[in-house]
Order: sequence, then C-alpha cells, then structure tokens
Amino acid sequence: MPLFESFKAFEMDVLKEVGNIGAGNAATALSKLLNKPVDMAVPKVSLLPFEEVAERVGGAEQIVLAVFLRVEGEAPGNMFFIIEEQSAKRMLNQLLSMNHQEEVGYSEMELSALCEIGNILAGSYLSSLADFTQLPMVPSVPAIAHDMAGAILSYGLMQYGEMGDSALLIETTFLEDRQSLEGHFFLIPDPESFNKIFKALGVDLG
Amino acid sequence: MTGQTLVKVGMADLNIAIEGAVLKTTGLGSCVGLTLFDPQCRVAGMAHVMLPSSDIARESQINLAKYADTAIPELLERMQAAGARLTRLEAKMAGGAQMFALGGSDTLRIGPRNVESCTAILGRYRIPILSADTGGNYGRTVEFDSYKGILVIRSVQHGVKEI
Repeated sequence: MPLFESFKAFEMDVLKEVGNIGAGNAATALSKLLNKPVDMAVPKVSLLPFEEVAERVGGAEQIVLAVFLRVEGEAPGNMFFIIEEQSAKRMLNQLLSMNHQEEVGYSEMELSALCEIGNILAGSYLSSLADFTQLPMVPSVPAIAHDMAGAILSYGLMQYGEMGDSALLIETTFLEDRQSLEGHFFLIPDPESFNKIFKALGVDLG
Repeated sequence: MTGQTLVKVGMADLNIAIEGAVLKTTGLGSCVGLTLFDPQCRVAGMAHVMLPSSDIARESQINLAKYADTAIPELLERMQAAGARLTRLEAKMAGGAQMFALGGSDTLRIGPRNVESCTAILGRYRIPILSADTGGNYGRTVEFDSYKGILVIRSVQHGVKEI
C-alpha cells in the first residue's frame, strides 16, 4: 500500500496530468454542449483530511447537485461531478431551455437532464484517461443527488476510511463566462489504484 | 439557541458536552451521528461514526472515533470521566443513509451496516435507544442539546425534525 505522504512532487505532477487530460476532454465536451468556451483551472492534487474535502465546494452543509459514478476496471475509484444550485439552474436554462422555477427541489425531468450531463462529461473524462493509461476504466450507471456536500462526498471516501483519515483526490474546476457557471470534478482513485496508474504511465515508484 | 456553546464534532470524531453546550455534526451521509445522554447529570456525548467495525482497519494508529466498535467505548469512558453513569445513559441516532443506490457491493451498504453495528454495540452495554432517524437516501446535520437531551435533525429534502 503506498504511503501517500511520501509521494514525490514528480508523482503528484503525474496525477495532475491525469486530471488535466481527463478534465480537458470533459471541458471540450461541455463546451460543445453549451456552444460556448469553457475555461478550466489547473488541476489540484491533494491529500486532504476527510473534514476538509467538502470545504472545496463550500463546506459540509453546502447544498449541491452531484452526479456520482463508480469507476470499475483496472484502476477503480469514485468520481463526482459537482455543481452548485445557481450553476445547475443556468445549465438547465442554457442547454435545455428548461426554466427552473424558484421552488424547493428539482423535478424528475430536471434531475435526469443534469444526471445525463454529468454522465456525458464523466464519460469523456474517463475515456480519455483510459486511452492515456491504457487501463480499462468503465463508469457505472450514474446516480444524482441534491443534498449536502458533506453527505455526498463522504460516500466517496469510504475506501480510505480503513487506512487513515485523509483521501487523495484529483480536482478540476470548470468556469464558463467568468464564473456564471462553475462545476467541479473529483476523481478519487481507490488507494490500491495509484500503483496501477503510475505503472501504466511508466513511473517507477522505486 | 443563543448564548449556547457549540461543540463541533467532525467526521470520524467524537466529543462530549456539559452545562447546556450543544454538540453538532454536519453532513452525515452513510455515517451515523450517535448521541449518548445522562439525563440526571446532563452530560452528553456525540460520535460521528464512519465505519461499522475496526476489524478492517489497516492504519497503524487507529482513530477510535471512526469505527462503531471503538467509538462507543471511548465515548463512554470520556462521559464517565465527566460524571455520567452507564446505567443512566440513553442513546439516539441519526444518519446511516444510502446516498446513492448503485450495485450490490458491501461498501455501498455502509450506511445500514453502520446503524446495525451501533445498535448491536449499544445492546451489549444495555444502553436503550430512545429514538432514531436513520436510513433513506439523504444527508443530515444534527445538533444535540446537552441540557434538554433533544436531537435536532436537519435535511435538505425533509426539513427539521426533533427526536
């Protein structure tokens, strides 16, 4: 089992590139869907205490929409596409001309549309990653939740629970039109997957 | 709630409260927010349990608050040191949801397993569970008042509930 604390700067950079390639393709897919340019922030790779993971999207109680996919195959892991409510509304508006009413909750149709958007983006993220690493990565059927960020993200941290109190995640943020639309990708590979990813990319862990 | 001291309990964390302080933990998904309360001396404790059993632990230094089977004894010890008596303790529970219904693997049933494990261990200590709000597919934030012994549960889909 790798000790994440001991990952060298170079290995962190490799994981950043993993995020860059995956999210780059997803950003292109989103840009095509919206028919607008989409900017992408430099990916962040961090070993975060569980408590701080949700801080990345506004805190444990922040209400977000999240599409979750379990990544199966050679390098299993968890993937989340998270958007805040404002961005979700804009996305529904721009993409589907669905005018979201200012009521609590979302209709089944709206959730299903957002879930499909997340599915398309995560699918392009993973397929480019699978091409890059030559490792088969198959996304599960997507699931969507409209809930507190802490409750949602903790679901993706369980694999880390038995070995420590922090998780390694690869995060990329999208921005469209100066933050009017913001989305986050979190790829949380299972602890055992890092060796396989590094090996596939020819990184010698020594 | 004004003027009351707030004691935050993080994920895989536990703490106790006395003198009317309020224990709070946020964003419970499959994790369980377990509270113990001694109504006579008004000592309360809360644990944010993440996993059902420490048998699977592979870490060198176990975080006692993370596993149901280690968090409950640790919480008992801390509460007894603060004056609580085991025979007077009452438990309440919230959380243990299944946020996403995917596949059938065991990891995905972690919420219900957390609840089952907490229930079994409380049974071993003969601590009664006064009330519980567990399961479902939604997140919860909980606050426990160490004076009144009331557990307040907030969720996005179902509003506020007191048990």
